[in-house]
Amino acid sequence: MGYLILILMVIAIVAVYFYKKKISLTKSKKLDERFFVTLTGLSAVFIIIFIAYLVIHIFLLGKTSLSWEFLTTPPKDGLTGGGIFPAIVGTSLLVMIMSIIGVPIGTITAIYLAEYAKENSIFTKSIRFAVNTLAGVPSIVFGLFGLGFFIGVVGKQMDVVETNRRLDKMEVVFNQKSSAFADDGMANGNEISALLAKNDKAYWSTQEEQVKLLSEVYGEGNPIPKTAAIKFFRERLQPRWGQPSLIWAALTMALLTLPVVIVSVEEAIKTIPRDLREASLALGATKFMTILRVVIPGALPGILTGTILTISRGAGEVAPILFTGVAYYLPDLPNTVSSQFMHLGYHIYVLATQSTNVELTKSLQYATTFVLLALTFALNFTAVLIRSKIRSKAGSHS
Amino acid sequence: MIIQNTKISTQNLDLFYGTKQALNDITLDIPENKVTAFIGPSGCGKSTFLRTLNRMNDLIDGVKITGKVIIDDIDIYDKNIDVVQLRKRIGMVFQKSNPFPKSIYDNVAYGPRVNGINDRSKLDEIVEESLKRAAIWEETKDRLKNSALGLSGGQQQRLCIARCLAVNPDVILMDEPASALDPISTSKIEELIQELKEQYTIVIVTHNMQQAARISDYTAFFYLGELIEYDKTKKIFTNPTNKKTEEYVTGRFG
Repeated sequence: MGYLILILMVIAIVAVYFYKKKISLTKSKKLDERFFVTLTGLSAVFIIIFIAYLVIHIFLLGKTSLSWEFLTTPPKDGLTGGGIFPAIVGTSLLVMIMSIIGVPIGTITAIYLAEYAKENSIFTKSIRFAVNTLAGVPSIVFGLFGLGFFIGVVGKQMDVVETNRRLDKMEVVFNQKSSAFADDGMANGNEISALLAKNDKAYWSTQEEQVKLLSEVYGEGNPIPKTAAIKFFRERLQPRWGQPSLIWAALTMALLTLPVVIVSVEEAIKTIPRDLREASLALGATKFMTILRVVIPGALPGILTGTILTISRGAGEVAPILFTGVAYYLPDLPNTVSSQFMHLGYHIYVLATQSTNVELTKSLQYATTFVLLALTFALNFTAVLIRSKIRSKAGSHS
Repeated sequence: MIIQNTKISTQNLDLFYGTKQALNDITLDIPENKVTAFIGPSGCGKSTFLRTLNRMNDLIDGVKITGKVIIDDIDIYDKNIDVVQLRKRIGMVFQKSNPFPKSIYDNVAYGPRVNGINDRSKLDEIVEESLKRAAIWEETKDRLKNSALGLSGGQQQRLCIARCLAVNPDVILMDEPASALDPISTSKIEELIQELKEQYTIVIVTHNMQQAARISDYTAFFYLGELIEYDKTKKIFTNPTNKKTEEYVTGRFG
């Protein structure tokens, strides 16, 4: 493989040199200029060779594992076999939720900066400073921030509110007249189960599971005191929001990609000619109407560019989701935004570093990498298609 | 000179860009249903003055205006004036044709739509009427759904006039509307202006003195931010009072 690259590079050097030489037959150029043209052309060719090599190399080493089954089944045998379906779904969901949250916020911020903000005010300057700083923060710091803020503060508070509400409601259920506890303050496991089921089974699903445990403590069929039951449930309430999950990972990622969206949308807005805005305003449109009907449609290709960049970045980053939601192995697909999820990038890391059998995981690893690359390319390509379609529909206005 | 049926009247109008004074004490009356032309060398303030009449200069940071602009007995720089309502009544056509990158139909329907008209048949009617009045209906009626950017430069400019007429203004301000067009397109625009003055008050800024002489009823000559002379077009071009005006219209400077 190494020789192949070497040969390709030599061919490229010769090709670029002769191509330029052919042109220079008509115009006699100085030697140093030809050298410089060759050098710059070569760097461009080198990038293409590098990408091609990367993709081909990964494909060749991973192709034995690539199959329809690989794409549609969960991993098995301690990650030494099976597929990567949960990781594909997890990555896609993460990227989607991230875009749904991040792109509108970024777009609105960009509209504010480009259209309303007074360029020299302290407020505008601080927004710009914040955006620039945000762009320079290492991604692992975002991960820690997500853990500390979203999970540690926001999620925890949500849990406190939710669990208190839930427990209060449970006490009401336990105290009601028709409750199994009503007569003597005692009820057995089956009675508690029936009571919870009667009062919205879905809402009490976790408690229903715990009733079994409670019965074991007190002995099957034995009466359980009401206060003890409440205490038991209170201690065993699972945190729902105060733990790593899809939504927190997506929010962290949205924060990470916000500067990308803001910058690309603002650039797009700035390319909208002034005379189009003036035409709209001169027709009696308000500024808001002008933004809605002239500026945003015109900036749509730019907004999509921002989305493309966001998606590419979001699909590839692992550090921000490390503490905020990604799971090592999770055969079930995430069913709510508070579930954990698997991620292609993290899966590659896990396969590469935590494998129990290197020989078995090697091709899986390359195949997963190939899928991640293909997914990113596919997402990018779709967005590029949409963008060019919008562009050709609107026509060029310059 | 006495002007009857004054539509727009400015009184002691000064305009500053930051500290630089661009207009100096402009007082003039613009008559209704006539064509009034502003002429003068580049940078004399004629376009700036035109843009004070629909408060387009509000969009530029650091512009300060003193004095009065009175349209139909209302001071448009009064605090209680809704600029959006004002601009509906004072249409504007720009130097460079600037259709939106939308279909021909959507371009003309833009004004009515942002003003709350969404009824399809009503819009159809307005679009047809406006395109007819701007003398571009015959060329566009079969391709209303096509992009306006596919039209020629002259057609685009007439489309912009149609778009302006669709909001039914009283006054149309034109900022060198034909300066970027070929002679045939220019003469079409000029014919159109003659037809439109039956119903609208037209104020036109032009660099082309022959054009001002051909199409306008009144002409104002601006120089270095000041109004040098304002009179009937015929008088300005045949027997101007001011020496500067005479030098300019005879092509000795400018």
